[in-house]
Amino acid sequence: MNPRQILGQIGLWLSVLVIVSPAILFFLWMASLSLKFEIDNAAYPPVFFPENIAWKNYADVLASNRFLTYFTNSLIVTGAATGLAMLVGVPAGYGIARMAAHKSAVVILIARITPGLSYLIPLFLLFQWLGLLGTLVPQIIIHLVVTVPIVIWIMIGYFETTPLELEEAALIDGATRWQVFRHVALPIAKPGLAVAFILAVIFSWNNFVFGIVLAGRETRTLPVAVYNMISFDQLSWGPLAAAALIVTAPVLLLTVLAQRQIVAGLTAGAVKGG
Amino acid sequence: MSVVAQDSPAAVQNAAPEREWRPPSYWPFVIPALVVVLAVIIFPWVFTIWMSFNEWKVGSPITFVGLANYLRLPTDPRFVEAVGHTLSYTALSVLLPLVFGTLAAVVFHQKFAARGFLRGIFIMPMMATPVAIALVWTMMFHPQLGVLNYLLSLVGLPPQLWVFNPNTVIPSLVLVETWQWTPLVMLIVLGGLAAIPTEPYESAQIDGANFWQVFRFITLPLIMPFLFIAGMIRMIDVVKSFDIIFAITQGGPGSASETINVYLYSVAFVYYDLGYGSAIAVVFFLLIVALAALLLYMRKRMLWTSDLGGGA
Repeated sequence: MNPRQILGQIGLWLSVLVIVSPAILFFLWMASLSLKFEIDNAAYPPVFFPENIAWKNYADVLASNRFLTYFTNSLIVTGAATGLAMLVGVPAGYGIARMAAHKSAVVILIARITPGLSYLIPLFLLFQWLGLLGTLVPQIIIHLVVTVPIVIWIMIGYFETTPLELEEAALIDGATRWQVFRHVALPIAKPGLAVAFILAVIFSWNNFVFGIVLAGRETRTLPVAVYNMISFDQLSWGPLAAAALIVTAPVLLLTVLAQRQIVAGLTAGAVKGG
Repeated sequence: MSVVAQDSPAAVQNAAPEREWRPPSYWPFVIPALVVVLAVIIFPWVFTIWMSFNEWKVGSPITFVGLANYLRLPTDPRFVEAVGHTLSYTALSVLLPLVFGTLAAVVFHQKFAARGFLRGIFIMPMMATPVAIALVWTMMFHPQLGVLNYLLSLVGLPPQLWVFNPNTVIPSLVLVETWQWTPLVMLIVLGGLAAIPTEPYESAQIDGANFWQVFRFITLPLIMPFLFIAGMIRMIDVVKSFDIIFAITQGGPGSASETINVYLYSVAFVYYDLGYGSAIAVVFFLLIVALAALLLYMRKRMLWTSDLGGGA
């Protein structure tokens, strides 16, 4: 390497460092806050690496009697909303792609533009009327507003690129449309299924606005529970930051592990729910 | 002629038996999703529009009031103020990520070790749970104990009140929004950079163009369509931004950071004024559509003027 190339390399790494540091420093600071006792969190100048590590903050959050309930609620709501969305959205994406029904994308576009809160007024009244408000059902159903368009949108894109020849061959051999979908189209679209699933899980898990309106004390999901910790129960920073990290840790892990799929999905449809 | 005449009966013969055993269409695949979309997207829309012509506070009967809810909007100072907050918040939160996202994309377009992993780190802010992030930013904004004022003191700047001062609350929230969503712009522009051919760069190198000239006259014009898409997507999301604002300030101090979406929440679910809330939702939706149309129009105009420039 000549000096100019070396200089270029140094410049490149410096710019990489500058670009990545806001994200890295933020999450490190979050971890630091969550591992410090109050005395360190209230210190000025701030302490980055504490002498005494407060694992207790995590133990407190995990041991608090409702945490497990909220965690289970989040799992059920995200699991059911994603599962249902895959169940109806994947065949729909296939059908729309094969029928080349591009006008139907307008509905998805409208869903994409509509503020989440405008779904809440009518659905809130509907759930109240049906007497479902004390259960998790309203949240599962309203999360479909987020997950179904994501899955349909991504699957249309994938099924449009998968080759038609195989499907036509199977049809000529006497397979039904359903068999062709199930045994030919679906296996080829596996990467697309992964992308749709991951993004639906993340945006459903992160959703907050539906929960604050629809969740009761027993039916809160984790983001709502964390928000309520800020406003009512908890004033010390350590356990608060620990709770925040626990809530978002599964998503962060998924982001780093599946960054390839996430990038593919986001740049293809550029979807975000809510 | 004879070839066509011979071919077409064969084609008909081929098609005829297929029609017998093929199900009529792909509709069965779409129907379950159609039911869901009707129930959770179309029904709420129809109901919201109908509701916006009625006056209904929970506990009292529904009465038809025509356009009264809509006529109330321009005379409601909190709504007018919220529109202003929304527009300034949106303008800043679209422009800043566009600038930083483009710079980041230019860097991520280079080849370096662990690029995939670092890209994964870089997109973490936009995938992380917004409420969890908001909570940590709230701590960082704290005027006495927050780490941001400490960082300012390191470079000799006076401490700020951040989200606790009506004058700095919107810029502070924009800081969070920018930090969170610059990665999305980066990803879209990165996709654009990957599609650029190498020839213009080679000839620019031969002509002795420097880095800035290459960026300004080759890269930037070629990624313009992608910047436009990124700006459009960002605009649609920023206008609706709720989690970050609500979790950090609840629209405060006072109503200094109350955007339309936050105000809509108060009207509908704090005051339970559902008719008026529905009217706000409809107007809000139309505002987003109008902003999107405005962006499209601006893009058309830009293309038009640059064409003229090119012709002259």
